[in-house]
Amino acid sequence: MVAAAGFTIADRNGRGAVGVGPVRSIDVPNAVITARDLRKEFGDFVAVDGIDFDVAPGESFGFLGPNGAGKTSTMRMIGCVSPITSGTLRIFGLDPERDGPAIRARMGVVPQADQLDSELTVVENLIIYGRYFDIPRAECRRRAAELLEFVQLAERATERVDPLSGGMKRRLTIARSLMSEPDLLLLDEPTTGLDPQARHILWDRLYRLKQRGVTLVLTTHYMDEAEQLCDRLVVMDGGRIVAEGSPRGLIEQHATREVLELRLHRDTVGDVAGQADRDAAALATIDGIGDRQEVLPDRVLIYAHDGEAALAEVHGRGVEPVGSLVRRSSLEDVFLRLTGRTLVD
Amino acid sequence: MSTPTIVRVWESEFAVYRKIWHSHVLLAFVQPLLYLVGMGLGVGALIDVNTDSSVSLDGLTYFEFLAPALLATTAMISAGQASLWQVLDGFFWGNRYRAMAATPLTPNDVASGLTLWHATRTLIGVAGVAAVLVLFDDTRSWGLLVAVPAAVLTGLAFALPITAWSSTRYGGGSFPTIIRFGLLPMFLFGGAFFPITELPGWLQPVAYVTPLWHGIELCRGAVIDSVSAGNVAVHLAVLGAYIFTGWAACRITFARRLAP
Repeated sequence: MVAAAGFTIADRNGRGAVGVGPVRSIDVPNAVITARDLRKEFGDFVAVDGIDFDVAPGESFGFLGPNGAGKTSTMRMIGCVSPITSGTLRIFGLDPERDGPAIRARMGVVPQADQLDSELTVVENLIIYGRYFDIPRAECRRRAAELLEFVQLAERATERVDPLSGGMKRRLTIARSLMSEPDLLLLDEPTTGLDPQARHILWDRLYRLKQRGVTLVLTTHYMDEAEQLCDRLVVMDGGRIVAEGSPRGLIEQHATREVLELRLHRDTVGDVAGQADRDAAALATIDGIGDRQEVLPDRVLIYAHDGEAALAEVHGRGVEPVGSLVRRSSLEDVFLRLTGRTLVD
Repeated sequence: MSTPTIVRVWESEFAVYRKIWHSHVLLAFVQPLLYLVGMGLGVGALIDVNTDSSVSLDGLTYFEFLAPALLATTAMISAGQASLWQVLDGFFWGNRYRAMAATPLTPNDVASGLTLWHATRTLIGVAGVAAVLVLFDDTRSWGLLVAVPAAVLTGLAFALPITAWSSTRYGGGSFPTIIRFGLLPMFLFGGAFFPITELPGWLQPVAYVTPLWHGIELCRGAVIDSVSAGNVAVHLAVLGAYIFTGWAACRITFARRLAP
């Protein structure tokens, strides 16, 4: 067995996730993407610090992590627009260094920032992009019409791109990435900056692509997006993979079923020291409730199988929080558990 | 049969140009016309009457001296301007070159395709000037057919080094400086409006190393048939050196920018 195969989360995580067995993120048969000990350095800065993963055909695979975790650097290496520093990377079994153009011909890319030609119309944007792949003009027009239907922009076809809303531009960017009918679609933070409705439309379209068998690889720092779109994901932090699994599996492994969120005090004005003392006393009183507790600047998270029961015990010990909320655990909690930090939007 | 990659890049540039071609063509036609009438005929009348131009301008009237040079200066201005904000936009604001790099096109394809586009765009601008020169008896010459390609080379000698520079930038702060202290002085003192032998002695070598003077000499020589074969070779060599160096630089800077 290669050294990289079957690494455990504890290997990759300074905090050492307790009670976690080996995670097999690799050795997927017929993998679309295979990465082994993949590194990317810019001078002294290590952006990606030796990661291993495989992406299976038809799978929807996510890189989750805060800004600066190395997600975009990884995506750019997969996109064959950033040479790897060391390690191995194969896409469709090909080497990006040697076969970059051939790989890119089969891949669609939705970059973090839209790169549309603002001087051109919606449909011209698609046709010109199709021509980069040497798709004949007539075929470009046919595909463009079809894709504009798919992303619900058909009635805007002859308008300039500039006045379109952010959500529409994003959908146009996705249509553009599909001009070459790719087997693999890379999406770098596909819904960052969009309003909730625009995000849901986008997720719906991506879900349909997935149903058609397109392999999706995406980065996100939104937990809900990862839970919506990803069959499997890796959590990245500081250039490393700190966990891997399905959204549900990760939550089950690294968090309890429910979380009780307590707000111990209102925003304090004036008596800061006194408030800190009272908080410390309250924390000491509720110590031991639930499986685990995380103290954040503005609230306390109590991980417990039964959140309501935990809340009852908090009350029972005489602590009256100003706010409380029982919710199901999310990937946010997984991330907090693995890195000790919250994700920053 | 697949379309050559550089043609695909060219098509993209052309699609954008089609949206703004009128202003470019109009400018390429009107600006030299204004200079020709104002300077060539107006100032020229004073010069030709009051000096013995057969000595100072090698026997040319001032109009004959100035008109062919406008082919080269227009090429410089047109190509220079197309190599500043428009190029940076492709890497930084609009990111169209980044979009290309995500397709089968490589940074080298982008650099080469853009070179082909610079040549085309310069040709369109220079053709406008040539059309103006055809209007006047003194400059209606078959030599224009040679002068136009010479002017395109002059344009590329500016376009490629400036494109290489622009492709390394993260803002257009240096661009006005390039125009004001690079292109404009060359336009005024590079041999278009008066022979560079009139420059102070220490400035003449500067003019000799600028691509514009060589371009002007080629265009003037072609239209009024006054340049020796040996000089043609030197002029072409200097322009070629600028073009080749600029192109080699573009290949490096484009790769650094698009595939870091």
